[in-house]
Amino acid sequence: MFAYIVRRVLATIPVMAFVALFVFSLLYVAPGDPAAVIAGDQATPDDVERIRASLGLDRPFLIRFGEWVWRILQGDLGVSIFTNLPVSTMIQQRIEPTMSLMIITLILAVSVAIPMGVVAAWKQGTVIDRTVMGFAVLGFSVPVFVVGYVLAYIFALELDWVPVQGYTPIKQGLWPWFRNLILPSIALGTVYIALIARITRATMLEVLQQDYIRTARAKGAGQRNILFLHALKNAAVPIVTVIGIGIALLIGGAVVTESVFAIPGLGRLTVDAILRRDYPVIQGVVLLFSFVYVLVNLFIDLLYTILDPRIRY
Amino acid sequence: MDRRNFLKASAGVAALAGSGSIAAPALAQPAGARTLRFVPQANLANFDPIWGTQYVVRNAAALVWDTLYGFDENLQPQRQMVESEEVTANGLTWSFRLRPGLKFHDGAAVTSKDVAASLTRWMARDSMGLMVRALLEEIVSVDDRNFRIVLKRPYPKLLVALGKNSTPMAFIMPERIAKTDPFQQINEYIGSGPMRFVRNEWVPGAKAVFERFADYQPRQEPSSWLAGGKRMGVDRIEWIIMPDPATAASALQNGEIDWWENPITDLIPLLRRNRNVRADIADPLGNIGTFRMNHLTKPFNNLKARQAVMAALNQEDYMRALVGNDDALWKRIPGYFTPGTPLYTEEGGDILKGPRNMELAKRLLAESGYDGTPVPCVIAQDQPITKNMGDVTADLLKRIGFNVDFVATDWGTTGQRRAMKNPVGQGGWGMFHSWHAGADCINPAVYIAIRANGDGAWFGWPNIPAVETEVSNWFEAKNLDEEKAAISRLNRAAIENVVYAPTGFFLQYQAWRANVSGITKGPLPFFWGVSKS
Repeated sequence: MFAYIVRRVLATIPVMAFVALFVFSLLYVAPGDPAAVIAGDQATPDDVERIRASLGLDRPFLIRFGEWVWRILQGDLGVSIFTNLPVSTMIQQRIEPTMSLMIITLILAVSVAIPMGVVAAWKQGTVIDRTVMGFAVLGFSVPVFVVGYVLAYIFALELDWVPVQGYTPIKQGLWPWFRNLILPSIALGTVYIALIARITRATMLEVLQQDYIRTARAKGAGQRNILFLHALKNAAVPIVTVIGIGIALLIGGAVVTESVFAIPGLGRLTVDAILRRDYPVIQGVVLLFSFVYVLVNLFIDLLYTILDPRIRY
Repeated sequence: MDRRNFLKASAGVAALAGSGSIAAPALAQPAGARTLRFVPQANLANFDPIWGTQYVVRNAAALVWDTLYGFDENLQPQRQMVESEEVTANGLTWSFRLRPGLKFHDGAAVTSKDVAASLTRWMARDSMGLMVRALLEEIVSVDDRNFRIVLKRPYPKLLVALGKNSTPMAFIMPERIAKTDPFQQINEYIGSGPMRFVRNEWVPGAKAVFERFADYQPRQEPSSWLAGGKRMGVDRIEWIIMPDPATAASALQNGEIDWWENPITDLIPLLRRNRNVRADIADPLGNIGTFRMNHLTKPFNNLKARQAVMAALNQEDYMRALVGNDDALWKRIPGYFTPGTPLYTEEGGDILKGPRNMELAKRLLAESGYDGTPVPCVIAQDQPITKNMGDVTADLLKRIGFNVDFVATDWGTTGQRRAMKNPVGQGGWGMFHSWHAGADCINPAVYIAIRANGDGAWFGWPNIPAVETEVSNWFEAKNLDEEKAAISRLNRAAIENVVYAPTGFFLQYQAWRANVSGITKGPLPFFWGVSKS
């Protein structure tokens, strides 16, 4: 197992190198000019040109790429073209809101979706099943921002139970922190709940047809034990796989959710950086997201061995 | 832990959190009435008002840095940091004396050396500053409070240059900061304005915080725009960046923010239905929409092709696309200067008046020898103003007979592409849309888009000597009548030669909570005099 983990960690190096090369090349060929954005609408072409030169944006691709890679190898993500702040500082400022949002969403989605899927499978063909599947279809179909606006209108504007927008750091209190995340996590979690619930139902339906379930019933096991102890454990591998893959969904959804609820997270940082062509920030954030995604997948792979002892690496 | 104990523990944690025992006091709960929560027009992504000339940077900088002079609501420069000034009879030597007791936020006194360094940096980046620099003999620091500006030729508009509100403004910084290369960004944000910048709370893209500067000494006169006493009615101002207008509208209605600089027009009826919200015009000087053509490439390098656009362009179409049916928010302008300001003129603007003449436009296009070359219309889709105008333009050009190549892109790419002088087909462009704040269109000194000096002109690079002659005449004018005469001739020459096509004059709203008072209309949000109850 240890050797496997080491191999997998080492395997992330070429993956990250490819991501780095891809992102840098993509930004190099993409149109847009941060110097023009910095200079503003009143600037003359000469001003724009001088700013571009001062930022080093007029230098050849290979030199810029080489310098960037050298800095990355030294653990330096560079400095934002616009804010003059280190990219690592900007990520540090933004990582807590995004991590908080994703963790709460993950907890919410898993704790709601799995029971929903299990119950839907158990009550296959009934009103409950159709209701759950109806919700799943709706969850897939309605965009995150629409869910966000509707929730904000009802629960923030009309009922005044929670704030419309913003983020309170956890160090300022658990409840203020959580209160700001309730609506965003429900909005972001809707599609995720739908995805997990559908997979759980489908997998459970398959498992519930197995002989060992019939045996368990014959032995007099209770329904709860059959569903959650015998069936769900054996259905866990595909469910966990989908949860892992869904992290990418969460990262994408966080961009929209953070904008709708004005949460100062990494998603908004990414969008702002892309719109302004703040290359160091875009590169830093994409590398971070890629790294997180690789780690999550590694974790999921390791989880398989716990859920299914037959799996060995 | 069994289930019962887990539930008990969870309930205990929840109760503790709910009681606020875990919550940190002080920073988390600032005194509401002393903190103003403001949603600006855009993200404060950098904070060097000389290096980055976006309006949002200028607006924040006006809180932190002070100026020698400041424009009042009559667009006249008034003394601000300066106590007195004298100019010699030949107009070549200006002597200034700073007010006593001026301090920077780090406690150091403001001296004439700081002024000299700040003006030197500003002159390298500002259009009026460049003119001053071209005429400058020297800036002499006489002693801590006195300095002289010695010119090679008289420059009657010097105080206008030092007090104007167009970007970049002549902000005064400590000498060590002002010595930074004007094309490099500063790293310290120390000013002598009424508020200090709280750097450790700055989260670019999310939040910027300003706190009252206790040692600031406001002038005794009542405040008027950038002039007079800048007395703060709050101790802390939080700029909260909200990219989504619907979220900002909800937050304002819910009392989570106090003042929103630029609500979109569509949301104004909704906001006005809330009795706790007020909405009014933000800036009476408004904005002028622009249809900017490339004078270097086909087809708009031909005057008749540009005139074809002017003959057919209906400003009402553009303005309705921007502001809807609210007629109070727009007006036609058969000219280039801001309506309601002293130099406004309609001289020579007949081609923009009356019913639109599509037949004339088609005839002019045919006379131009247009051969059907595609016209790349570079339209930024992420800016509602340019997007809406772009849709109108695509239809207009097609109806005239142009072969439209509609390039839907974002503002960052527009910024890059408009700087390219390549021919169409090699990355060049035919036209793009933008808009200019009315405050930047009040006279040729601040109006970079009206200049027609070829390579030195704004994007599109018009080269029209008649326009430049009148710009020079305006600078040399000795009184308002002479200025008006020069501007009338300039307006006529600019329209006849189509420096660019104005798409109309439009206003925008601002909105605030009813418990906020002291908000004034102006070209930027003025925070002095604003308070909360």
